[in-house]
Amino acid sequence: MRRQATERAASLLQVEAVRKRYGRNDVLAGIDLSIDTGEVVCLIGSSGSGKSTLLRCLDLLERVDDGTIWFEGVDVTDPRINADVVRRRIGLVFQAYNLFPHVSVLGNVTMAPRRVHGRRRREAQDEALALLDRFGLAAKAHVFPDSLSGGQQQRVALVRAVATRPRLLLLDEVTSALDPELVGEVLSMVAELKDEGMTMLIATHELSFARDVADRVCFLHAGVVHEQGPARQLLDSPREPRTRDFLRRFHAR
Amino acid sequence: MVLGLLSWAIASSPGWSSVQQSYFDPAEARLALPEVAEAFVFNVRLFLVAEVTILAVALVVAVIRVLPSPALMPLKLVAVVYTDVFRGTPTILVIFLVGFGFPALRLEGVPTSYFTLGLIALTLSYGAYVAEVVRAGIQSVHPSQVSSARALGLTYGQAMRLVVLPQGLRRVMPPLLNDFVSLQKDTALVSVIGLVEALRAAQVRASNDFNFTPYVVAACFFIAVTVPIARFADWIALRQLRREQGRVLG
Repeated sequence: MRRQATERAASLLQVEAVRKRYGRNDVLAGIDLSIDTGEVVCLIGSSGSGKSTLLRCLDLLERVDDGTIWFEGVDVTDPRINADVVRRRIGLVFQAYNLFPHVSVLGNVTMAPRRVHGRRRREAQDEALALLDRFGLAAKAHVFPDSLSGGQQQRVALVRAVATRPRLLLLDEVTSALDPELVGEVLSMVAELKDEGMTMLIATHELSFARDVADRVCFLHAGVVHEQGPARQLLDSPREPRTRDFLRRFHAR
Repeated sequence: MVLGLLSWAIASSPGWSSVQQSYFDPAEARLALPEVAEAFVFNVRLFLVAEVTILAVALVVAVIRVLPSPALMPLKLVAVVYTDVFRGTPTILVIFLVGFGFPALRLEGVPTSYFTLGLIALTLSYGAYVAEVVRAGIQSVHPSQVSSARALGLTYGQAMRLVVLPQGLRRVMPPLLNDFVSLQKDTALVSVIGLVEALRAAQVRASNDFNFTPYVVAACFFIAVTVPIARFADWIALRQLRREQGRVLG
C-alpha cells in the first residue's frame, strides 16, 4: 500500500480502470488517465460519453463502482478516505455555474476560504477582491449573482474555485450554457489560468480552444479513453477511425 | 359596496338591536378591556416562546428527514412517525393529553406549570406542521447547489447550514408566517387546561354579565396582532420577488 503510494507520487492524478454504472448503463467502462502537475488536459467526446461523470467521480461527488483514483499519491477511492479533505484540494466548475443566489459575488468567493480553509474574513475578502479585480469583476463584488450575465457568472464561478487554491481544477463544459458571444471571455480566463501554471482537466466542446490551450487531448467514447495524444496531433491527424468520425461530424455542424 | 349592503342588511335586521346590546355594548367593552388586555399578554408571551421552540423542533425534524445517510434510518423513521401522528391529531386534543396526562404521570422533573405544558403541547403539534413546510423548502433547493458546495470542500452540515437552509427557508417564509398567524390564534386553545389567557378572561367576564361583548374585545386583540404578521409576510414575499429579479445590494 505504502510502496504503491510513493510509486504514484510522480503524477498528480492517476486514474486506473475506473468504472461507474447507472442502472444497466455503463457510463464509465474502465477509464485510464493520468495528469501531471502543470498539465492541461482536455476531454472531448459526444454528449453521454461520460465526461461529466468522470469529473464528478474525480471530485468524489460520485462513488466509483470499480477501479482506483490516485490523487497526490493517495488512493482516494478508499472508503476510509475523508472525501471532504480531498475536495478541498480539487476545484470543480460546472456547466450551469451553480453560484449561490442568496449571497453576493464576494460572499460566493469567500465562503470556502473562510469556512473550509479557516481564513479570516478580512483576509479572505482582500484576496477575493484582488482575484475579482484581476479578472475584471471588481465592480460586481457586492452584486447578487442573478443580476450578472452568464459569462460573468461563469467567471465568478471560476474565481470561486481558484480562491480555494486547488491543486487540480476540473472544468465541466464551462461554456456550453453560454450565448456564443459570451464564450470568449470565459475561455480567455481559462487560458490565463493555464499561463499561471494551474493544472486543469477540461471537458469541452470547444475544439479550437482545446487545440490552443491543451497539452494533451483525450477522446472519450463509450466510457473509455479511446484515443489520446498531443492536442494538435489528435485533433488534426487522429489515428482511430472513431476519433476521425467524431471530429468530422463535429466540423460538419 | 358589498360591505355597505351587508352592513345595511345586518343593521336593519329585526334582531339587530338585541345583538348590538349583547355583542357590541360599549360600556361592557370598556369594562372587559383591562381584564382581557392583561390576559392577552399571556397569549403573546406563549406565542413568542412557542415560535422559537417550534422552529427549532421543525428544523431538526426536517433536516433528519432529508438526510441521505441510510445508517440513520431508525432516526428518520421516528421523524416520520412524529410528523404523521401530530399532524393528524387536533391541536386541542394534544393540549388535553399533554396538559392533563403529563402531570398525572407524577414523574420527577415533569413540568407542572400550565404555561410549560401548553408550550410543550403547541410545540409538538405545530412542530409537525412547520417541519413539513421547512422540508418542502429544503427540497425546493436544486441538488446542484449542494454539489457545488461540496465541490468547494464544505461538509454536508455546512452545505445545509450555509447554502440550502438560507435559500429554502427564504422560499417558504410566506407559508411559515402563515403558520405563525395560525399559532397566534391557537394560543387561545390552552384555555381548555385552565390557563387564564385572553379567551378565558373574556369567557369569565361574559358569563358574569350575560353579555358577549368581551369575546368581541378578545377577537380585536387577536386581529391586532395577526394583521401585522400577515402584512409582514406580504412584504417578505414582495422583497423576495424583487431580489430574484436581480437587484444590487442596498
